[in-house]
Amino acid sequence: MAASKASRIGEETRIDKVNAELVTLTYGTIVAQLCKDFEDDYPEVNRQLDKMGYNIGLRLIEDYLAKSNTMKRCSNFRETADMISRVGFKIFLNITPQVTNWTADNNSFSLVFDENPFADFVELPDDGRAQNELWYSNILCGVLRGALEMVQMQVEAHFISDVLRGNDTTEMRVTLIRYIDDELPPEDD
Amino acid sequence: MSSLPSSASTGKESGLRVPSNGKTIYHRPINRTKTSELSQASFAFLFSEMVAYAQKRVKGIQELEHKLNVQGHSIGIKLLDLLLYREPARTQLRPQNIVALLHFIKQNVWLHLFGRQADRLEKSTDAEKPDEYMIIDNEPLVNQYISVPREMSQLNCAAFVAGVVEGVCDGADFPARVTAHTVGEGEMWPGKTVFLVKFRSEVVEREAFLAKS
Repeated sequence: MAASKASRIGEETRIDKVNAELVTLTYGTIVAQLCKDFEDDYPEVNRQLDKMGYNIGLRLIEDYLAKSNTMKRCSNFRETADMISRVGFKIFLNITPQVTNWTADNNSFSLVFDENPFADFVELPDDGRAQNELWYSNILCGVLRGALEMVQMQVEAHFISDVLRGNDTTEMRVTLIRYIDDELPPEDD
Repeated sequence: MSSLPSSASTGKESGLRVPSNGKTIYHRPINRTKTSELSQASFAFLFSEMVAYAQKRVKGIQELEHKLNVQGHSIGIKLLDLLLYREPARTQLRPQNIVALLHFIKQNVWLHLFGRQADRLEKSTDAEKPDEYMIIDNEPLVNQYISVPREMSQLNCAAFVAGVVEGVCDGADFPARVTAHTVGEGEMWPGKTVFLVKFRSEVVEREAFLAKS
């Protein structure tokens, strides 16, 4: 699909909107609740966020396909990355993270977030651990993993830097593990 | 914690690392996202995960509603300050009586969160319950994509919003208990919800005392 057309899709007005701060605050309260429930065991909070994101991704892909009007499959992983950034993120978070740092085999790239609505108003706890252990926006990794799995791509995604941790950028690494073959239903013997 | 940049600009002793460009939340204009919008689907996905997560960790409907209420509460407390700060200087006063507070919630809080005012405010007609007020929303936005299974018909996930309202009341020093109740009105408003605001007795007492003086 032509790049210009792809980038217009996320801007279409027929997508129902809500106040951005409602989303930001709701996400904040989810993370805060997890930190409380798991007594600031941040690696566990990361896992829980990833799991929630995965559940969301499994269902979000339908919505993506319906709203993006993309009738055809991406022909390669580079095109997939482009659509994730310019259509997926645009529709659901109204941002367009930069796709960069490709590996030579074209199987792994970075999403660099200049903006992140989830992290507005956010400062991590000053407990000497959160900045080293918590990936505040980790739900996004799960969302990508879940959504791509539904279109036959097994990927691994994790954050490698976050401005909330004091890094200069917020960057997520996404790696294609394999394309999942259509599996035949198990045969009756 | 080795690379601590000087925090002279904020004058704040903090153990937190900040990006080398020094941009922290304290530099970010607080009104920047005041009117920005995001896809409603994103909210619906997050909210449904929030409810699903809470449901796994509770035993009954009441406990689930309480959990959602608690999650809304911390939002309400902060929202009170944020929304007042954004008012023009002459109307930045905190609400000083029950009616002003409820109007603030019906108008400002609802308008900010849901893009429209709540539908009605009512005072309990029961003379025995001078401490009860009702905020009515014909179609709560948070419930738009929630379908409650029949065996849980008691549940109203707007308990989350009730928590927000409770947070605003508590933050304004009008401590209250707020609960959400479905009062479907036929075909027209099947999800009509009443937020029952029950102020603590001392709030009502104070109000009566101030009215006299």
